[in-house]
Amino acid sequence: MSKQMQQVRDCGTTLIRARWMSPILLLAIWELGARTGLIPEHVLAAPSAVLGTLWQMVITGELPRNLLVSLQRVVIGLSIGFGVGTVLGLVAGLSRQGELSFDPLMQINGKIPVFALTPLFIAWFGIGEFPKVALIAFSTVFPVYLNLYGGIRAVDVRLIEAARSFGLNRVEIIWHVILPGALPSLLIGLRYSLSVAVLVLVIAEQINASAGLGYLVNNARDFMRTDIIVVCLMIYAVLGLAGDALVRLLEFRLLAWRPSMVQP
Amino acid sequence: MSIAVRTRTLAPFYHAHEREAEKVVRLRNFTRQYGANIILDGLDLDLYAGEFVSLLGRSGSGKTTLLRTLAGIDESKGQDVRVPGSRAVVFQDARLMPWKRVWRNVAVGLKGDKVRERSRLALHEVCLGNRLDAWPLTLSGGEAQRVSLARALVREPQLLLMDEPFAALDALTRPKMHDLVLALWRAHKPAVMLVTHDVDEAIALSDRILVLDKGRIVAEERINTERGKHRLELVYELRKQLLGYLDHDVIAEPNPFPCGEIAHQSTSAEEFAGVDSQ
Repeated sequence: MSKQMQQVRDCGTTLIRARWMSPILLLAIWELGARTGLIPEHVLAAPSAVLGTLWQMVITGELPRNLLVSLQRVVIGLSIGFGVGTVLGLVAGLSRQGELSFDPLMQINGKIPVFALTPLFIAWFGIGEFPKVALIAFSTVFPVYLNLYGGIRAVDVRLIEAARSFGLNRVEIIWHVILPGALPSLLIGLRYSLSVAVLVLVIAEQINASAGLGYLVNNARDFMRTDIIVVCLMIYAVLGLAGDALVRLLEFRLLAWRPSMVQP
Repeated sequence: MSIAVRTRTLAPFYHAHEREAEKVVRLRNFTRQYGANIILDGLDLDLYAGEFVSLLGRSGSGKTTLLRTLAGIDESKGQDVRVPGSRAVVFQDARLMPWKRVWRNVAVGLKGDKVRERSRLALHEVCLGNRLDAWPLTLSGGEAQRVSLARALVREPQLLLMDEPFAALDALTRPKMHDLVLALWRAHKPAVMLVTHDVDEAIALSDRILVLDKGRIVAEERINTERGKHRLELVYELRKQLLGYLDHDVIAEPNPFPCGEIAHQSTSAEEFAGVDSQ
């Protein structure tokens, strides 16, 4: 076998084994199908058309404007949900009475499908910004609460004992031992609630929105603009990835002591 | 050559210096029980300033419970217990907080100024002056235990409690730690109570050895021989005696099945083979 053939073959193997190979292949088939008319435009726009639309939407300011509205809903809703979840998780995790008072309510909160709540929230709060933010806030409380509460209860008792033997009082033990010990769990809760927030954002924006990504999608559906729908799907995916990256960054900063991050 | 060992078994204990003021720990008729389970049973204990005492006992003899009482981890309300305010514990597992850098672990709970400087000096004493800013999870077992020692010593305790601190270390590290602990003890002169089940360790390090069994102190031995290489040779008899306290039921009636006969015993090789192949 000649050396060149071997090289070509190696190159082929590398290509087939690459992780990005299958998505690229899918895109190529999709583009080909659209160009040849196998996939009609009202079913699914071609990737090239989607990119063109994306560019147009960015240039006209349509996408940034609506994205900003959606982001605002997520940030406000998540902040409220994260705040409430953190406070309740602390109270329930740190005191028996707090657990007795709040845990049952939180378990109920966790068991209610948030989608089923939408009609009730509309009945209560109408169709403005408030129900959208409230839905996101309501659904992001539980993941934060549950993880923080569990994290506090899972803190190594031996470390608490050691701290007590060195004369730390209760507040100092909470500050030096329990909270740092529960931080990894809190960040897991944050990650969960971020993905929940994006999910609920989609639902919430189905409520007669006049701006936001969901509004774009609804409009596009009415005009059979599959290219705009695909653009918004991409944005949703990017939002999810960005949220994940954000938490990873936080973990990297806050959990620098972890073995996976520590350089020996 | 006279062997400088004085042995005295069971109460009443005699101390050459029955000076009340020098006692840093005084327990009288101390009892602890969990439900019907009596862990410590009417225990009397005196520890004097600056002495190195080992508490020997088998697993379940109550030695860790006693240490927890002295450390103030377990409450002892309503009992005749006197322990000094400044005390520190070195646990078997170093119990460092992984989220604090080494020097902050040493400094935890310290009040006053120059906390970092004091921690640095303590770490320097245990030869870890260069690992101040390391994360605990990057340390070896021996290093972690030395940080734990520094964390105890930086508090200048009157009473240093150690709960099998060398048990998890390898055989090469352990003697080095023994030397280090002795050096630190000589430098700082706290009263030390070392909980261990290792007779040789107790003999190598202590002024006095207490044997705890079933919640009572069943023997007290004092060693006046110089510490060092020759100590173990000189105290051969003592060693045998101490081992006797710890192993008494094994020696009394050798029983191949101390927990009762095993119900199902496979005796033939065929049976084993049959089980394996299934």
